[in-house]
Amino acid sequence: MISGTMLARLASPRTGGLLGLAAVIALLPLALTNTYFYDIAVLVGLNAIVCIGLNLLIGYAGQISLGHAGFFGLGAYGSAILASRYGWPPLAAMLATTVAVAALAFVVGRPILRLKGHYLAMATLGLGIIIYMVIATEDKYTGGPDGIAVVPFSIGGFVLQGERVWYWVVGALLLLAAWLALNLIESPAGRALRALHSSEVGAEVVGINAAEHKLMVFVISAVFACVAGSLGAHYSGFITPGKAAFLHSIELVTMVVFGGMASTFGAVVGAAVLTTLPQLLAAFEDYEMMVFGAVMMGTMIFLPRGVVPSLARLLATRRDATADGEGNGV
Amino acid sequence: MKSTQARNGFKRGMAAVAATFALVTGPALAQEPIKIGSFLSVTGPAAFLGDPEQKTLELYVEKINAGGGVLGRKLQLVAYDSAGDPEKARTFTKRLIEQDKVDVIVGGSTTGETMAVVPLVETAQIPFISLAGAVVIIEPVKKWVFKMPHTDRMACEKIFIDMQSRKFSKVALISGPGGFDKSMRAQCIGVAKKYGMDIVADETYGKGDTDMTAQLTKIKNTAGVQAVLNAGFGQGPAIVTKNYRQIGISVPLYQSHGVASKEFIKLAGAAAEGVRLPAAALLVADDLPANDPQRSVVVNYKNEYESHFKSEVSTFGGHAYDGLMIAVEAIKKAGGTDKAKVRDAIEGIHGFMGTAGVFNMSATDHMGLDLTAFRMLEVKDGNWTLVK
Amino acid sequence: MQYLLTGLTVGAIYALVALGFSIIFNASHVINFAQGEFVMIGGMATVSFTAMGLPYLLAIPLAIVAAALIGLALEKFAVEPARNASVITLIIITIGASIFLRGLAMVIWDKRFHALKPFTGDTPIAIAGATILPQSLWVLGVTLVIVLTLSWFFGRTLLGKAMLATSHNRLAAQLVGINVRMVLFLSFGLSAALGAVAGILIAPITTTSYDVGVMLGLKGFAAAILGGLGSGVGAVVGGLALGIVETMSAGYLSSAYKDAIAFVIILVVLFFMPSGLFGKRGGDRV
Repeated sequence: MISGTMLARLASPRTGGLLGLAAVIALLPLALTNTYFYDIAVLVGLNAIVCIGLNLLIGYAGQISLGHAGFFGLGAYGSAILASRYGWPPLAAMLATTVAVAALAFVVGRPILRLKGHYLAMATLGLGIIIYMVIATEDKYTGGPDGIAVVPFSIGGFVLQGERVWYWVVGALLLLAAWLALNLIESPAGRALRALHSSEVGAEVVGINAAEHKLMVFVISAVFACVAGSLGAHYSGFITPGKAAFLHSIELVTMVVFGGMASTFGAVVGAAVLTTLPQLLAAFEDYEMMVFGAVMMGTMIFLPRGVVPSLARLLATRRDATADGEGNGV
Repeated sequence: MKSTQARNGFKRGMAAVAATFALVTGPALAQEPIKIGSFLSVTGPAAFLGDPEQKTLELYVEKINAGGGVLGRKLQLVAYDSAGDPEKARTFTKRLIEQDKVDVIVGGSTTGETMAVVPLVETAQIPFISLAGAVVIIEPVKKWVFKMPHTDRMACEKIFIDMQSRKFSKVALISGPGGFDKSMRAQCIGVAKKYGMDIVADETYGKGDTDMTAQLTKIKNTAGVQAVLNAGFGQGPAIVTKNYRQIGISVPLYQSHGVASKEFIKLAGAAAEGVRLPAAALLVADDLPANDPQRSVVVNYKNEYESHFKSEVSTFGGHAYDGLMIAVEAIKKAGGTDKAKVRDAIEGIHGFMGTAGVFNMSATDHMGLDLTAFRMLEVKDGNWTLVK
Repeated sequence: MQYLLTGLTVGAIYALVALGFSIIFNASHVINFAQGEFVMIGGMATVSFTAMGLPYLLAIPLAIVAAALIGLALEKFAVEPARNASVITLIIITIGASIFLRGLAMVIWDKRFHALKPFTGDTPIAIAGATILPQSLWVLGVTLVIVLTLSWFFGRTLLGKAMLATSHNRLAAQLVGINVRMVLFLSFGLSAALGAVAGILIAPITTTSYDVGVMLGLKGFAAAILGGLGSGVGAVVGGLALGIVETMSAGYLSSAYKDAIAFVIILVVLFFMPSGLFGKRGGDRV
């Protein structure tokens, strides 16, 4: 039952959840016995940061995006090109890229977000594909489909290297991202967003500027993706256009929905499960793809609201049931 | 055969997952096996590379073990499917190094995957034999990285030499979207001048494109084209070849070593007639003269592979054979699995006859093949023939 | 002229895939991301049936039936149990299904490319200085027949009208006694069959393999959106327009950026016509 309360609290975006996440990040190294596990944990962390941002857009503002890998890719390539080709300090490269991506998201976001539902999905998909094509084709700058090497991240003279160091950096950033997202959701802007999700017209009627709010969340989620992309590039030391591709966008959306829409910790759980699953399934060899698809389908069929909200709900009802039972007993 | 093997894979999968969950750790064996690590594109767009590579590795590891192993120790293959994704290649390599603690890595079907793991193997100081094509892998030389296939630059050179002999100088390029295609295109443009070739058209097609007549019509309408070179692999070149005949371009068509398997002829059908490409001798194994020093190696491998898997041999599997055999040879020479010694032994490989040609490694050449390793082939009557 | 003919052939295939998207969308408001896999199944199943020695006349209908059955199964076992879930959850289910089907195809068949023999010969036909393969004529002809049949089906038959009614107003349709669940069920079978036809028609031209569905599905989706989701005319026009734009950009502008150009055009169209060329316009209700 303790786990039940914990899960229920995880699902409710509150400080308790944030503390829980911090505890997980702090205690996880006990289970990470070698750098390979650290590596997976870092990847989970980076994906989780993107998903937290994307979840704001999908889960709270109710706007789908099938092009976020494009922003991720731009972040990665911006850092790679500025830092590795032109020798900029990595932090400066990252900031410059982030500002540029935010500006891009702001400019294209305005017309794109006027679209609704599947048309919005198509437009973001198109945007992602265009970004991908530019990255894959302009091989003078990007190295083309074979990818490009990226210098390690360094601030001043200190070089960020090794999975363990990265683990703590990414862990801290993940906490920061979750904290930012939770604050946003609890703010007046967040409530406006949720109003948007349930009914855009209704929200407008009560005086919420839907366009502005959607645009704001779009830009924020693009920035989250961009920063994670940039960090990921420095961390892995080598990137390819695949990071910006359509399939990666789909993967990101899947993580959000899998973990549970409108649940910041759901996004983290989704990222964790779907990043580690291929590693667990590697032993299935040829059946890997089939099993992966089946797990995805099965989870969504039986837990249609996503892992975290569905489980939290399930546990909550069961707890109520037992509480009732005890009550009857007395 | 295939299905039982696959089912074993499934069982092994279940067992491994169960083991992961139960956190069971196996007892250490008395005589530790030699661990060969591998990551290959067994699925995904480059599956036609990774699939024969994996089969070859499995087949020969089994054969070597049946013959008593190496230095009295069994070989153990630890292979992962990186699905053509460099990110996966990187994580799996980390897993091979950190978790599985392999002694040597033979793998990396594509250049992207190979390049993504180079920083890892260099830091971990573990010998790595790549099965990917592009020249960037070995130029500049990386201490722990070797590669088996001929480079794309060599393919360009071989093709241009053949064009020279046919007195062509104006060439049109058409290439695909993949890393292999782009890299080869760049290499061909790079060495064109050296062979007096003038690139008069340079077209590309996209991933999953179903028709290339638009690009080819453009080439057809370009004045003075004497030959067309298609850099690409997979389904693209087959469509290019068919469209090429459809719109009736009459100048010769050259393909790259990327389509060096019987599959290509099957896919392109009659349109493939007269297409030339550079490839390893493996494709024409039975046509090689009896005194050719390479004959016995390639004929043996071909027979072994084809009788075991009931499918046509390709040069890609051949690269895996070469990689494994060179690793084994080096481990024997080094007298053990000390990584630095094995690395030195690989670098010292000299006169080793593989399916791709004779390997003469050195401190400055981590591939060790020269242009003689390539043969110019032409499709005649639905089969590869040597161009004399 | 050559560009136009090529564009039409490519476009006809996109149109067939787009029609499949539209039919399912009409019945369920779900974008079925497994649509591309039906294309793959059609092609691959025909390959293996002919490899068993069956003639085309038998192999093709069998392959279409096989794909339709898989479509029905997908509806029954994956979409139906989750029918109360949100649309995005359903979309993720279809993505999972597409991964599953691709994995299944890889295990049942293999990872190699396969060619089908053209239905009627391989000799190019010259039209006005351009050439076209007999197979392309098949593609165009069959697409035309299917479009005509579908418009008859939706306009003149009871079942077709029922499906159309469901798409307009599900509740009202239910009230007048239409079995909405049956409509949903059938729509998956129908669009799977359509996808399979596309896959079979194109296999002799482009070859087929277990993962051809990804790109074709994507392009079909783009075509359906361009034309306006849920509109049959829109799907066909969108498909043809996409095919022609692609080949024209490859021919006259840049072959490296032809897909990007196509998507830029789609974006521009959407900016001005937010529901596609033939999409239903209409306000949101509170």
